Amino acid sequence: MIDFIKQPWPWYIAGPLVGLIVPALLLLGNKHFGISANFRHICAACFPADIKFFKYDYRKELWNLFFVVGAFGGGVIASLWLTNPDPMVVNPALVNELAGYGINDYSNMVPTQLYNWEYLFSAKGLILMVGGGFLVGFGSRYAGGCTSGHAIMGLSMLQWPSLVATVCFMVGGFLMANVLLPFILG
Amino acid sequence: MNNSTLQNTDFEVRTQDTMCVNESHLQHKGYHNIKYLIVGILFGIIFVKAEIISWFRIQEMFRLQSFHMYGIIGSAVVVGIISVWLIKKFNIKTIYGEPITFTPKKFNKGQIYGGLLFGLGWGLTGACPGPLFVQIGTGAIVVAVVLFSAIAGTWVYGKVRDQLPH
Repeated sequence: MIDFIKQPWPWYIAGPLVGLIVPALLLLGNKHFGISANFRHICAACFPADIKFFKYDYRKELWNLFFVVGAFGGGVIASLWLTNPDPMVVNPALVNELAGYGINDYSNMVPTQLYNWEYLFSAKGLILMVGGGFLVGFGSRYAGGCTSGHAIMGLSMLQWPSLVATVCFMVGGFLMANVLLPFILG
Repeated sequence: MNNSTLQNTDFEVRTQDTMCVNESHLQHKGYHNIKYLIVGILFGIIFVKAEIISWFRIQEMFRLQSFHMYGIIGSAVVVGIISVWLIKKFNIKTIYGEPITFTPKKFNKGQIYGGLLFGLGWGLTGACPGPLFVQIGTGAIVVAVVLFSAIAGTWVYGKVRDQLPH
């Protein structure tokens, strides 16, 4: 059983489980799945700076912060006891492309050759981590949600603005991965 | 009177995006939030085990080199749609007996501009907001920088919000 859990889970197991988070949160307390809202709650709690957008009672959203602390804990649990010892199996075309940027370590899901402190203080690393993170935080709030709030929760409620947002997420991602990333990493 | 005006403002600010405004009228103790912590833990484990937190899987997705992520998002949405439909059809209540409500999402241009910017960030970092928290949990401590930068990005958005097209 534990050996079975340690293997990477296929999409048809993981996808429906992710989908079940939607009714789980609704049934537990009428809560809507949406992770990026936590960035706003953290701003509201720690640095509201008299900005109207951050002046609300974040304590009413504490449940969501509990959720992401749990997500962090899930990462700890899975990496301590449930990890797959083998390197990731990645499409050969991607392996080929990444080899051109000097990335060939597949032992970790977060590529260790990109995500390390030394790389952070290089121009490429700054763009990747600081620039990328900024875009994620700025863009998700500007769009009114991220993959969870729009692509999963919004689409589950059949909201067409969420479909617009999801399509734009994908367009941005395709543009970055295929057009801009080769310049940044190359 | 003054107090109720304040509450209304709070509600308005909170409805400006996907924030949860379906607040309970029940006064719960803080430890009631533990149930969301548990759902979060399960979410984190699924995201690790299905390699959703992997930068490589996200790069494959945006190059159409793997079906994996499409399968996950697609099947999650199908399960979500069926769940929401069942909750509405049978008028299912929360475990505390409160009604479950759905707030429609209003369209604004932010979903386009913000969506594109978010997509660029997703393609670069290989992580949307959920995986950031999980990745740090798996020991990738440097991802905390990405997380702080995302919080800073949200803060700057809040600061310049009124000057942006919506």
